[in-house]
Amino acid sequence: MSLDLGLPALERAAPRLMRTEPLLNMRDISKSYGNVRALRHVDAAVYPGEVMGIVGESGSGKSTLLRMMNLEDTPDSGDYTLRLPGRENENLFDLTRYERRMLCARNIGIVYQNPHLGLLMKHSSSGNVAERLLIAGERSFEVLRDKAREALDASEFPLDRMDARPIELSGGMQQRVQLAKAIALEPALLLLDEPTTGLDVSVQALVLDTLKRLQRDRRITMVLVSHDLGVIRTMADRVMVMRHGEVVEQGLADQVFQDPQHPYTQQLVHAKL
Amino acid sequence: MTTTPLLRVQGLTKTFRMYHLDSMLHAFEDISFDLYQGEFLLLRGHNGAGKSTLLRTIWRSYLPVAGQVLYASSHGEIDLANAADVDIALLRREEIGFVTQFLNARPRVAAQDIVAEPLRLAGATQAEALDQARHWLDQFGVRPELWRAYPSTFSGGEQQKVNLARALILPQKLLLLDEPTASLDVGARAALVRRLADLKAHGVAIIGVFHHPGDVAELIDREINLNTRVIADQSAEEEHVAV
Repeated sequence: MSLDLGLPALERAAPRLMRTEPLLNMRDISKSYGNVRALRHVDAAVYPGEVMGIVGESGSGKSTLLRMMNLEDTPDSGDYTLRLPGRENENLFDLTRYERRMLCARNIGIVYQNPHLGLLMKHSSSGNVAERLLIAGERSFEVLRDKAREALDASEFPLDRMDARPIELSGGMQQRVQLAKAIALEPALLLLDEPTTGLDVSVQALVLDTLKRLQRDRRITMVLVSHDLGVIRTMADRVMVMRHGEVVEQGLADQVFQDPQHPYTQQLVHAKL
Repeated sequence: MTTTPLLRVQGLTKTFRMYHLDSMLHAFEDISFDLYQGEFLLLRGHNGAGKSTLLRTIWRSYLPVAGQVLYASSHGEIDLANAADVDIALLRREEIGFVTQFLNARPRVAAQDIVAEPLRLAGATQAEALDQARHWLDQFGVRPELWRAYPSTFSGGEQQKVNLARALILPQKLLLLDEPTASLDVGARAALVRRLADLKAHGVAIIGVFHHPGDVAELIDREINLNTRVIADQSAEEEHVAV
């Protein structure tokens, strides 16, 4: 008997060679806001160590899906499991709000396009990172300081500015503080919502390189939402294409970009400059 | 040579559906061949005959509309035409390489880091990976003063050398080559042929498209002509197989 993991048709049809199970598995997620159907029967599987890119036009549901992955919102229907020790079969949407918050703090990091959503702009950069550690229960000032320093360093943030407040920093530096905060507890899953949108091209390249290095060295699993196909093409191992709240296509990044199967994906790829 | 093929391509067919033109483009149809460990198969054909498309379909950048690509991986046999993406990604990391004529480098990453990356992903330490990367950059004739520079500023030929060093740094079981000698100077071309001969001697099976097949004439075991779709053995004329 084959296991139905809720994978898209291509994946379900193929007998699997490796027994790797997805780290993240979402099944049949639907969500409406009033009359707007934001997500329609979305399935998503993300495997350990990979970067899954999500593309689509504004309003396609990609950021809504990311918020669901970060447990900031719950769907009208559907299941969400993360392969964390002892929680493999638990639908995370069934947890209480407090349980969801604690699980996220310890296991999921997120970087928002808008640093104001992810940072306390008038606290120090190191304090922002330490806040994440505090939520997870760390209390020793020395440990907090050391871990914050380590995370900022891994995010290639200049340590001589770790006491500067984000409001005093450039956009690229603010994104690095967000990244440091997101990886401070070595999360199983890192969610990136348009992390380089609005940055200068040169700063964007540096942030992307930092992300790629973190993925390579720490094997962090990432989900990257971007409307910039160049960013997705550079970063993602696999890609999901969303439109009107549905996943219209998914596949290996090079396949989706070179041999798109869905008319909308073809339109999207051909429109790229 | 072993008796079991490493790769069995059966009835492979590729058609592109172009929605904006409301039309279909037939690339190739009903291609079948076997490839054994240590064999070098050359794909011939005029421009547009489907040589690169066939390589990309085996690599799974393109999805075939019919047929099978049965590959004897270290984990067991798998049909690359229908395998799960996650399996294809793993095989690309571990066993199957693809060399194109273009370097797809991330901006602001040094040449030596681009070359070292496949080894780092395979678990080598930074020092080991960089050592090997510098060795292969040197072999392909990239000057040491360029090793820490960003390849986006390099000439086409220099970029291609970086591309080859990266693509050939890890031992593989199956190697797909799409015009790898385009824009290479004589020294780099010779280094590439030496490396391919070494890989072939170690059992790596190779399928290649070459603008100047004479570059690798000594390595070729068989050819497929995609114009006529006949497989010809270089050494034994009796072994022709219609496809």
